Amino acid sequence: MSGIVIDHNKCIKCLACIKACPFNALSLENDKIEVNAACRLCKVCIGVCPTQAISLQDVIKKVIDKNLYQGILVYVEHTDGNIHPVTYELIGKALELAKKIDQQVYCLFIGENIKEKANVLLEYGVAKVLVYDHLDLRYFRVDNYANVFESAIKKLMPNTVLVGATTTGRSLAPRVAVRFKTGLTADTTILQMRENTDLVQIRPAFGGNIMAQILTTKTRPQFATVRYKVMDAPQKVTNVTGSIEIGVVNESMLKSKIELLEVKRKEATFEISEAEVIVVAGNGVKDEKGLKLVSELAELLDGVVGMTRPMIEKGTGSYLQQIGLSGRSVKPKLIITCGVSGAIQFVAGMDKSDTIIAINSDPNAPIFKTAHYAVVSDLYEVLPLLIKQIKGEIINEL
Amino acid sequence: MKIIVCIKQVPDTQKVKVDDKTGVLIRDGIDTKMNPFDLYALETAMKIKEQINAEITVITMGPPSAKEVIKEAYALGADSGYLLTDRKFAGADVLATSFTLAQGITAIGGYDLIICGKQTTDGDTAQVGPAIAEHLAIPHVSWVVKIKDVCDKSITFMEDMLDDIAIAKMNYPCLITVDKDVFQPRLPSYRLKQQAETKTINILTLEDLAQKDSEHYGLSGSPTQVEKIFEPTSEHEVERFEQDDKNNAKLLYQKLKELKYVKELS
Ligand SMILES: Cc1cc2nc3c(=O)[nH]c(=O)nc-3n(C[C@H](O)[C@H](O)[C@H](O)COP(=O)(O)OP(=O)(O)OC[C@H]3O[C@@H](n4cnc5c(N)ncnc54)[C@H](O)[C@@H]3O)c2cc1C
Ligand SMILES: Nc1ncnc2c1ncn2[C@@H]1O[C@H](COP(=O)(O)O)[C@@H](O)[C@H]1O
Repeated sequence: MSGIVIDHNKCIKCLACIKACPFNALSLENDKIEVNAACRLCKVCIGVCPTQAISLQDVIKKVIDKNLYQGILVYVEHTDGNIHPVTYELIGKALELAKKIDQQVYCLFIGENIKEKANVLLEYGVAKVLVYDHLDLRYFRVDNYANVFESAIKKLMPNTVLVGATTTGRSLAPRVAVRFKTGLTADTTILQMRENTDLVQIRPAFGGNIMAQILTTKTRPQFATVRYKVMDAPQKVTNVTGSIEIGVVNESMLKSKIELLEVKRKEATFEISEAEVIVVAGNGVKDEKGLKLVSELAELLDGVVGMTRPMIEKGTGSYLQQIGLSGRSVKPKLIITCGVSGAIQFVAGMDKSDTIIAINSDPNAPIFKTAHYAVVSDLYEVLPLLIKQIKGEIINEL
Repeated sequence: MKIIVCIKQVPDTQKVKVDDKTGVLIRDGIDTKMNPFDLYALETAMKIKEQINAEITVITMGPPSAKEVIKEAYALGADSGYLLTDRKFAGADVLATSFTLAQGITAIGGYDLIICGKQTTDGDTAQVGPAIAEHLAIPHVSWVVKIKDVCDKSITFMEDMLDDIAIAKMNYPCLITVDKDVFQPRLPSYRLKQQAETKTINILTLEDLAQKDSEHYGLSGSPTQVEKIFEPTSEHEVERFEQDDKNNAKLLYQKLKELKYVKELS
């Protein structure tokens, strides 16, 4: 038997494990505590059992020869050859991970008429860009793209595959990972490489309240999708050493069963994640007057206005302005939060920002743990004074 | 036509914490409910059924108590429901979960369209749907935002493709995962809720599946393992401005100047 095992001789049926299990995976059946299909092996029950009746029996499973898999492959996300910025962030991370195990970084670029664009990727220090260029690959169709992806993996045999956690990436990566019967971790926010080439994949779980650290130790390649705007794009290198390789596209890869009838560019919408400066209005901003102060400060700093979820729910702003777990992740150079308490679901969407300034009248507001500069003040008092100074209306009298 | 909707029972809370000393998860209460995104999947099936002759089957993999989520689906209008439950399914990651569901779907019999929610609120991977499609070797499209047309052979819909919006068509059998813009879910009906209590819930265990080798299920069938869980921390220094509002404004202004966000005014 593998998995969580309960020693019924030691169990005193105190039910502590049932209460502690976050997945509802333990229950009392016929007067015995049993593990059911909901178990995710989080091992919480083992920790709470007062009589050490619970243990984890690992399965002995074939471990593949990890040395056969070398390099980190980054999937190039793009529309009509315009490379999505998440790609550069992945390259930045991949270079760092690859260095740790002395391996190289490759890119997989699938599309039509993209050979020229592939050169741009080389400027970031990638060892090889594998290009699959074909008229029928112009648009993303998950079945065709999965076929090409599979072929590329068989050719390169990478240790790790990184895909942006975009709509298309999160559709494509699971299909390919299943083909290789290997592990895929969704929407990761932290990645580290161990010397034995195991990728440490960390992602928020339970609405961001906890982080889960996940490993794929027995199979390769190890797949992860990575959230946009959490990793850093790399600097361009001075001398390009990488090369472009053209992959072979067979007709058999192009038999998509998804018939595209029409493709339209989404209307250009306001994209808060692109802004370099964001001023955020939270629930502490109670009226028009407060909102005006926030907007004015944003304007003076060449920034935009973001909001917390309650503000969007009240109809104060558009959903596109919402920052956080159920809104946008942002990573601006400067973010100033005004009247924001700092709930974990909000913080999860902005804590990677370069400089965080928080204004809150409550000296114990949780946001002050995330902020670099904690301003304990009433926003209705401090913002007008700040604005006046920036405008030069008050200089020396303060 | 036959529609299968994949639904999951999830904890009805987001408030979990990790105990600093023991590293153990603390959750307030253990209420459960249907994964909210699966309500949209079920609603999509119901809307299709209003247009053409269709039979809706829901399937879930989970503990024996997940029968409740099938009852919820009955109260919303599902015709039949299956619960995949077995101790050997415990510890499943995306690969093993999707494999088990694919085996279950095959065991139920024929299907034309499979509908999944876009993601769960506990697993939160948005990957189980596409992975089921791969196991079944059928096409899929994720993030469907609108259904344009359905007939007894194919479905036409709008999908979200990064910078583009596409209109596409797939013949059955196929799988879609629906985004929450697709339809507004209905509320359970009192009459159906009453009937749900007595409706059969079909149970499937490993014995009922074609692939009986337990290697493919649960922990043994899962290439990923959760090594540990922890509460997010922020370890950095905080500079506090705790004077009166006037001085705080002054300090903040100087800081912004130092960081070069505002220019020195002469
Ligand atoms: C699954 C899930 C997903 C979620 N996703 C998101 C998300 O994406 N984004 C998000 O923002 N939230 C999200 N939330 C909600 C989140 O938990 C919080 O409720 C929310 O972030 C709180 O917003 P707030 O800080 O604006 O309001 P509050 O928590 O009400 O805080 C207001 C703050 O303003 C301060 N204040 C009041 N008056 C003044 C004043 N005059 N001057 C200065 N300070 C003042 C108060 O001290 C307080 O700290 C999510 C919740 C869940 C369960
Ligand atoms: N255990 C399960 N039983 C049935 N359906 C599931 C299960 N887990 C996931 N799904 C389906 O897959 C979708 C995506 O889930 P996830 O990949 O966990 O975010 C859900 O909205 C469900 O439709």
